[in-house]
Amino acid sequence: MPMQISEQGFKNRVEQGIEDDFMRGAVRSAQERLQTNRAIAAEELGDWEDWRTLGQEIRSHTIEHLDYYLHLLSENVSKLGGHVFFAETAEEANQYIKDVAQKKNAKKIAKSKSMVTEEISMNQALEEIGCEVIETDLGEYILQIDDHDPPSHIVAPALHKNKSQIRDVFEEKLGYENTDKPEELALFAREKLRQEFLEADIGITGCNFAVAESGSIALVTNEGNARMVSALPKTQITVMGMERIVPGWEELDIVVSLLTRAAVGQKLTSYITALTGPKLEEEADGPEEFHLVIVDNGRSNILGTEFQEALHCIRCAACINVCPVYRHVGGHAYGSIYPGPIGAVLSPLLGGYDDYEELPYASSLCGACTEVCPVKIPLHEQLIMHRKNMAEEKRTLLAERLVMQSFGKAAESPALFNTATKMAPFLTAPLSKEGKISKGIGPLKNWTDSRDFPEPNRERFRDWFDKRERRKSKNA
Amino acid sequence: MPKGEIYNRDSFLANIRVKVGGISPEIPVEKPNWSVSPQRNVLRGASQDELVQLLSDQCTQIHTDFFITTVDDLPSKLIEVFGFYEAESIVYSDDSRFSDYGIEQYLIEKKAFKWDNESREKSIEQSEKADIGITFSDITLAESGTVVLLNNPGQGRSVSLLPEKYIAIIPKSSIVKRMTQATDIINQQVKNNETIASSVNFITGPSNSADIEMNLVVGVHGPVRAAYIVIEDR
Ligand code: SF4
Repeated sequence: MPMQISEQGFKNRVEQGIEDDFMRGAVRSAQERLQTNRAIAAEELGDWEDWRTLGQEIRSHTIEHLDYYLHLLSENVSKLGGHVFFAETAEEANQYIKDVAQKKNAKKIAKSKSMVTEEISMNQALEEIGCEVIETDLGEYILQIDDHDPPSHIVAPALHKNKSQIRDVFEEKLGYENTDKPEELALFAREKLRQEFLEADIGITGCNFAVAESGSIALVTNEGNARMVSALPKTQITVMGMERIVPGWEELDIVVSLLTRAAVGQKLTSYITALTGPKLEEEADGPEEFHLVIVDNGRSNILGTEFQEALHCIRCAACINVCPVYRHVGGHAYGSIYPGPIGAVLSPLLGGYDDYEELPYASSLCGACTEVCPVKIPLHEQLIMHRKNMAEEKRTLLAERLVMQSFGKAAESPALFNTATKMAPFLTAPLSKEGKISKGIGPLKNWTDSRDFPEPNRERFRDWFDKRERRKSKNA
Repeated sequence: MPKGEIYNRDSFLANIRVKVGGISPEIPVEKPNWSVSPQRNVLRGASQDELVQLLSDQCTQIHTDFFITTVDDLPSKLIEVFGFYEAESIVYSDDSRFSDYGIEQYLIEKKAFKWDNESREKSIEQSEKADIGITFSDITLAESGTVVLLNNPGQGRSVSLLPEKYIAIIPKSSIVKRMTQATDIINQQVKNNETIASSVNFITGPSNSADIEMNLVVGVHGPVRAAYIVIEDR
């Protein structure tokens, strides 16, 4: 699946999302649960702001010295006998992975969850040469079985589906005969996939964090599938976005602790698996051959720009889980495998304004995303920067009008609008008086007013602006 | 092991270097002193007994059965847990602690399969068939209820993964506060240029998933149930 998940225009996607009552209900309850869990986990840990500060420091330092740390990582992986391929483009990455598959004469490939392989359409590339690629993460498996339905959330990809839909898909495609109880559905998938793990010629994993100083790859999971694909097949390929790296184990502790809490409110997920090179000679299980594919695919264009902090993202989805706009429209409306606030920042950077120019407007700029981000990425400021850039490029603001109209429709219902405002009280702050939105201003107006965006943190914005001006004059 | 190949590195990194203003990979980057270290405050001053209590409390959250016993009573505790789990077939790692703690004899009598690092196929097949996999914990994290396996060759990645149930035997002395203390140990190994385990597993209870309507399902691809047995130090 490429990054872009829909041919339809943004307006249609948004309308479809708004009309899908089940999906909206599912998103609402998931968001509530995940938000509460995150808040409890952060509270329990204590010093949450210090943790975030540390997370931010680690991420900025690493990205500022990304060339150094990637070099160190590749040296260490190679020392252990692993192969490292640096891929500037999606095509280069896929070509290398296909070459490995062909050399190994691979028929069956078991894969654990990975966003970057979605982004580069790796599955299609492998299928073209006759490999069968099996998604083994439960959510991804469900989507794959359902004729490659796109993911709608970066942590819970099948969030938009209910259990009876899943039951029906299993029945239609796999002859499943039991009820729609999640336990029974999961047990069925367990039995189906067990054999696949054992038979797979190659295991493919993503990478939550690589550790430069030791050449390790850390995988953060709950289901155990990533452990399967790194224990059973004889060849393992790990694909990582080039920014998913930390200097050492001390830093790994911090980003993992932040990730598991911010993503799902767990102290640690069931499995944190740190793999270092191929298996040792004296080991019985584990991969005999290990390949690490490090993917740029547009990321380096973000380095050195005002958007560099977007590369600090640890993909926890906390920003998605608090976003009132995501709550209204669901993940598919964004038209990208990266939805929500981080998706609205990242998709235009990786895919260009032509395809994603509406996304920076798919935000009320309430700032809830920035508040929860465990590594303090100023998400809503980055959205403002996008709008500013697009204005400078004299892109039509028609897109903005369309979006705002669609949201207006959702917001016409007072009940819906209230839920949204309750979630993020500051959503309508500039327009509300003593917590009440004055009657004379219709919801449509509220949304459209967001064009006069607030500048929540003026100092930061000015810093950015100065830097930007400096760069412009340098380039001129 | 011969060195692995590295492809396309120079041009790839040169592009990045220009953008971040880097100098050269040969000049080591000094890690800054981070301004805060909140991880060092967690459970500061907790005693070993408090950590055991915390581990036991955490087990209820992670759907894990918790037992505590003495070295002398370990065999009978194991028999009890096996009965409870209706375990017929057992696989365990090739680890001298099984005999040190006096349970290997019992496992042999039970016809348990000991992980054989000479034979990939057989070891995987036996683990796949087994009702229960047993390993010792190398480091145990009280805060999260996590067993850390620094998988050495005899341990087998599959022992704690493929069987339907998993038992971790936890020497009380292996219990530390949190992940920080475990990563400190590994960090020290890296600093000393020692080889670290090719697979370090942090295991927190049985496998689970919330992918279907955000309902927690315990037991997906990995074990469906898990038990921790803490042994009081001798
Ligand atoms: S931007 Fe921040 S909150 Fe959003 S996914 Fe990334 S790390 Fe998480």
